[in-house]
Amino acid sequence: MLVSNLEVIFGKKISKHLGLVQGSSVRAKHAGRDFLAGFKNLVGGELKAYTELLQESREEATERMIKQAEAVGANAVLNVRYSTSSIAAGAAEIYVYGTAVVLQE
Amino acid sequence: MNWLLFNFLVFVFLLFLGYFFGTRANKNHLQSLIKKESELARLPAVATRFPPQDTVYEQTLVSGNTVIANDYFKFFLAGLKSLFGGSLYSYESLLDRARREAVIRMKQQADALGADLIFNVKYTTTNLAAGEQGASGMLEVFAYGTALIRPKSV
Repeated sequence: MLVSNLEVIFGKKISKHLGLVQGSSVRAKHAGRDFLAGFKNLVGGELKAYTELLQESREEATERMIKQAEAVGANAVLNVRYSTSSIAAGAAEIYVYGTAVVLQE
Repeated sequence: MNWLLFNFLVFVFLLFLGYFFGTRANKNHLQSLIKKESELARLPAVATRFPPQDTVYEQTLVSGNTVIANDYFKFFLAGLKSLFGGSLYSYESLLDRARREAVIRMKQQADALGADLIFNVKYTTTNLAAGEQGASGMLEVFAYGTALIRPKSV
C-alpha cells in the first residue's frame, strides 16, 4: 500500500478513483505521564511521553485508513492529510484522510 | 496572613524555578537545533506540491512531531503582556523551536531511508493544554511530507 501526500505519482497512472478513506484515533493522557507533564509545565522543554503518545496514535489512525483502503480494493492512498484536535482536556483526536486509488504501472 | 505569604513565596519559587530551568532548556534546545539543521542541510524539505518529473522516484510518507511546553516564568510574562497586547515573544520562540524540531525529526527519518528530498511538507499545530487550569502553553507540532528516494538501479 503506497501512502503519499502527493497528488500525482510520476510514472504511474491512476486507473480508478475509489473515493475518500479515513482513519481516526482518540487517545487520552496517562495519569503517570500527566504528573510528569505537570512538572514540565513549570520548567519548560519537551514532553517526550506525549510526543510518543501522539506518534502511536497517528500510526493507529493511519493503519485504520489503510485497512479501509484495502477493503475498497485500492493499492494506494494519495493526497493524505493529517489533522489533530484537542477535544477535551487531556485527550487529542488524530484524523487522517486521503483518496483511495488504483494505480497502474 | 501567613497563608498569603506562603502562597506568594511558592509563586516566587515557581517563577525562579521556571526562569532558571526554562532559560537553560531554551538555550540548549536552540543550540541543538542549529547543530542538527546544519547536519541535515543537504536534504531539502520543500512545500512544492508537484515533484520533478525527470526521474522515477520511490516515495514514502515521512513525519516528525514534538510536544513542547513553556516554563512558568515565560507563561507568567506572556500573561502580563497579553493585557497590553503586542507580540508575545516567548510563545513565538516556543512555536519556532517546536516547528524546527518537528522538521528535523522528519528529515532524520527521510535521511535514514536515503532520501534525496522531501516534497509537499505540511504542518499541523495543536494546543494540547486547552481547557486545563494553570497549564502553561503546551503544544504539539507535526510535520509531514513525501520523501523521494532515488532508486539504486538508476
